Amino acid sequence: MSSSLAERATARERSMTLRDHAIRYGFIVLLFGLIGYFAIAADGFVSPQSAVFIFQSVAITGVLALGVTATLVVGGFDLSIGSVATSAMMAASYAMVVLEQNAIVAVIACLAIGVVVGLINGWLIVYMRVPDLLATLGMMFLLLGLQRIPTEGRSIATGMTMPDGSVANGRFSEAFLALGRHRIDFFIPNLIPVSVVVLIALAVLIWFFLEYTRFGRMMYAVGSNERAAELAGAPVKAYKIWAYVISGVFASIGGILLAARLGRGDIASGNNLLLDAVAAALIGYAVLGAAKPNAFGTAVGAVFVGVLLQGLTMMNAPYYTQDFVKGAVLVVALVFTFALSGRGRT
Amino acid sequence: MGADAVFRVEGLRKSFGQNEVLGGISVELHAGEVTVLMGANGAGKSTLVKIVSGVYERGAGTMRLAGQAFDPKSPAEAIRAGVVTVHQNINDGVVADLDVATNLTLDRLSGKGASLLFKPAAIRAEARAVADRMGLAIDLRARVSDLSLADRQMVAIARAMAHQPKVLILDEPTSSLSSAEADRLFALIDRLRGQGVAILYISHRMSDIRRLADRIVSMRDGIISGTFDRNPLDYEGAVNAMLGRKIHLDRVVARNSARAVFTADGLQLAQGARPISITLGAGEVVAITGLVGVGKTALAETLFGVRRPLAGTMHMDGKPYTPGSAREAIAAGVFLVAKDRAMSGIVGGFNIERNISLPFLKRMSGLSVMKKRAERAAARRQIDELGIVCRSEKDELSALSGGNQQKVMVARWMSQASRLFILDEPFQGVDISARRDIAAKLRASADGRATLLFVTELDEALETADRILVMSEHTIVGEHRNVDIDLDRLLAQVAGGPLHSAA
Repeated sequence: MSSSLAERATARERSMTLRDHAIRYGFIVLLFGLIGYFAIAADGFVSPQSAVFIFQSVAITGVLALGVTATLVVGGFDLSIGSVATSAMMAASYAMVVLEQNAIVAVIACLAIGVVVGLINGWLIVYMRVPDLLATLGMMFLLLGLQRIPTEGRSIATGMTMPDGSVANGRFSEAFLALGRHRIDFFIPNLIPVSVVVLIALAVLIWFFLEYTRFGRMMYAVGSNERAAELAGAPVKAYKIWAYVISGVFASIGGILLAARLGRGDIASGNNLLLDAVAAALIGYAVLGAAKPNAFGTAVGAVFVGVLLQGLTMMNAPYYTQDFVKGAVLVVALVFTFALSGRGRT
Repeated sequence: MGADAVFRVEGLRKSFGQNEVLGGISVELHAGEVTVLMGANGAGKSTLVKIVSGVYERGAGTMRLAGQAFDPKSPAEAIRAGVVTVHQNINDGVVADLDVATNLTLDRLSGKGASLLFKPAAIRAEARAVADRMGLAIDLRARVSDLSLADRQMVAIARAMAHQPKVLILDEPTSSLSSAEADRLFALIDRLRGQGVAILYISHRMSDIRRLADRIVSMRDGIISGTFDRNPLDYEGAVNAMLGRKIHLDRVVARNSARAVFTADGLQLAQGARPISITLGAGEVVAITGLVGVGKTALAETLFGVRRPLAGTMHMDGKPYTPGSAREAIAAGVFLVAKDRAMSGIVGGFNIERNISLPFLKRMSGLSVMKKRAERAAARRQIDELGIVCRSEKDELSALSGGNQQKVMVARWMSQASRLFILDEPFQGVDISARRDIAAKLRASADGRATLLFVTELDEALETADRILVMSEHTIVGEHRNVDIDLDRLLAQVAGGPLHSAA
């Protein structure tokens, strides 16, 4: 009798650990399973070029996702990242094509937009007490309109006609375009695009910042228990505003990469940036059972989305099934995080 | 006496897991009488209320309402049977975005027999009848969100009374009201008492209790520790029964302090409160005791810089001390173990080590990069010193018992040296052995700093402090050295009896 009880107890313990393992490694296993499947099913999926293409396809959303991770860490959210990125793209194009400035001016203008939008978002949320989703949603609409005002809704390209009838003769500088198009030799000539290098550098930077510095630690504390953090002497408001500034700056870097890749200020681009980036960050919750926003998870999440899309594309799946699969993956990831780990918090 | 009891509970028991919260409660309520229930935090008052109002299921015992067995399975059932509860949080009792009339009739909008359509005229007529019966002088069309707290409270009570209950339970109804607003509430309660309602009134405020009580029931540690119904009511006896006065196993050897660390002069905490002046010496452990709501937490927060005094000055080691935030207080060496660790102490996502290092990240990092080895060493030292029961410093706090969680909170602030160490209700939800460990550690490490505890329970003060100050109505009303204390005088001061001069 007692032995069967003990057996049952150990059986329960074993199943508990099995569940723990499922939560911990489920997504990594799924990622490798996916790669294995595409390797067999899609010709040419496993090659350095294909790997680089995956990274390149997720570089911009990945950078945005890393930024939004910072706001998730302090218990916030930033819906304006997609429109910050496209605004930065339009600003860079305007600076070079219309104002005929050089690459450095364009980059500085973009980063300034990121900082200013981040500060305004933070101010709205911290001092005006607007809920984070609403404040950044409002900012998203504002920027979507604002970025079209200077050209009255036209895309920006060399030779375009301005609203006053003049012709814009500036052009994207080569140095700027290199950010999106230059490839660095890595064993194979012209292998790794600059944007992938930027993604990896920023991922390592934000990961180190969040995991190893006292600022990152305190940001997690603010997100978990704001009052406890405040009573422990943390300037909670400043931390929150900083998180939105980080998010804004990362989004504007994403915008720079986008402009450099396209070589024009295309008002129709960047529609999927917000949703893909948020999906990557939320999938990141499930990676290694973290159940919290984290930079490593976000990076894995971005790669996961990239692998999925690249594989489906190579198997000739139509574009709408890609959206469906992306959404399904996100839902499964959220179930992993909140229901299975039992550590979900709102 | 018991024959005319409208509502009677007998031998009520309730446990949560291993933890017995109610150990056999028997209470009677009589028609047209206000019975006051007193008890410190954790005495089991809210559990009792939740069982009676149908939120919790009881473990054992019987409840009878007007002679019938009363066995509510849900709050709605309790209300239908005639037992209505107005909870402490006023905004739980009203819907802020609706008008007064709709609020008063809210419970008829759902459930069986409710009309499918919303009929404003019928609603207003019904609401008018309810308001008149209660003598409620509030515009029925006003939105509740535009009303004052007192008016909202009135609406919540009137809404409860719309069911014409036999028993009304009021859980600390005055805790957020001013005294003028409370007077209106008392008038309403008098009216209900006149209508023959049996009222159970839960409060800590002695002024409320003196004004309203026909009987007093004191609760302590899950049992009824005293019932007082003989006129004139023995208020001090009730306080004594609630706070307890056991034989003390651990008497402390009271110490004297030669050197002042902290002084406050003329500190005024609330409008109309008498100013406070205190001096705390090095190596001394001082406890401030008093009932809930007398301003203990307000004083703790003022010393810690998260609340501004209305008037007065503070000095640390002879230098002016005017903290503008917790950050500045910590920099000046003033640490606070805040009340209610779950709300304002524990960071849920962090393990023991990270919870301990939280306020001192700067001291534990080089070029802002965390020194994980120093962090772990500090955590291990504290786990040893306070005897925190855990597998390792990497344990999540949710895996620890209440007492061990509290030890982590104390450990957080003991991991660095302080000048003034404040602990607000450090023994709340803490088992006796953890409490002894913490108290012993506080006394053993007291040298070189001033230690100030805020506790509601007298036992806790008597077991830990060299000196005991008594607070009442946002000021200090008594001071006792913890040697041959005149407990009767101390209890009289706690109960805030007839005006007396501060000792």
